[in-house]
Amino acid sequence: MVAFWILAPIMVVAALGLLFSRKAVHAALLLAVVMISLAILYAVQDAPFLFAVQIIVYTGAILMLFLFVLMLVGVDASDSIIETIRGQRIASILVGLGFGALLVLGVAQVSFGSAVGLDAANDGGNVPALAQLLFTRYVFAFEVTSALLITAALGAMVLAHRERLSPKPTQASLAAQRMRDFAESGKHPGPLPPPGVFARHNAVDTPALLPDGTAAPGSISRVLAARGTVKSVPDIADDVRSFTGDDSTTSSAAITDGSDQ
Amino acid sequence: MSVTPFIVLSAILFTIGCVGVLTRRNAIVVFMCVELMLNASNLALVTFSRANGNLDGQVAAFFVMVVAAAEVVVGLAIIMTIFRTRRSASVDDASLLKY
Repeated sequence: MVAFWILAPIMVVAALGLLFSRKAVHAALLLAVVMISLAILYAVQDAPFLFAVQIIVYTGAILMLFLFVLMLVGVDASDSIIETIRGQRIASILVGLGFGALLVLGVAQVSFGSAVGLDAANDGGNVPALAQLLFTRYVFAFEVTSALLITAALGAMVLAHRERLSPKPTQASLAAQRMRDFAESGKHPGPLPPPGVFARHNAVDTPALLPDGTAAPGSISRVLAARGTVKSVPDIADDVRSFTGDDSTTSSAAITDGSDQ
Repeated sequence: MSVTPFIVLSAILFTIGCVGVLTRRNAIVVFMCVELMLNASNLALVTFSRANGNLDGQVAAFFVMVVAAAEVVVGLAIIMTIFRTRRSASVDDASLLKY
């Protein structure tokens, strides 16, 4: 019972967080909290098999599937606050509160008596007892379940399948395209230059230097250039000079400003 | 261990899931709230199983989990298909039948 009183507030708070979280990823993680707490409550209530299944199937498989789809759909696909139907949110919260009050009061008025407990039913172990039940009384439901799972797998394959509209580019066609680009617009057919490697910097935010000392524009990721986090070449020269304590300008004279990219 | 607190917790979780389905706009979050409702009912089933001293409730909870797994697979595939055609996972955007 101690486990219940510790976990119940956590579960309710996490479930409420599911309602109020702006980002879907946060909602998924809060749902994971609820599910793991539920698994512990199953273990407390003499259901070790369901404890394992809850963690493996729900938290492990279903929730990870949710996260996969969230990543596919885009993490920042957050909710809009605009109500399509006016007053729908208030109305649904009121309906929910009424429904919850009805349920809780109705349940609280019933006297369940003292629990029988599962010590007798779990006599030969929980899993053998469950298997006994599953393969005798519920065997037909169990067989139908297999049909359901096969149907679900087929349905997911059919729904997620996408017909390819254009032929898949082959290596030969890609090479031909590169040569065509070179002939038409003079685009270099080879790979882009790697970022700079200097005495103190070996990082992607440091541009490579061309033979005349200017920075090679293609050596820096476009994203870094747009963010403005690219190190300019004179900065590096100053950095190196302060490190060596040498103010001879033999190297930095040759290095012109490359920060304009 | 008494039974009532578990059932009350299950009712509260179910209610939260209900309100979530009604208020949230993102289809994936709506789906998560459906999962929350299924889980709440599972808690009630396991609790009743302990209260009655037989394992039928646990078997039922097991079947609920199997059906939930199948439902999640198909549901998320549908959400993916809708997202692919409409670039949106909001439940309000799939309203073509209205016109």
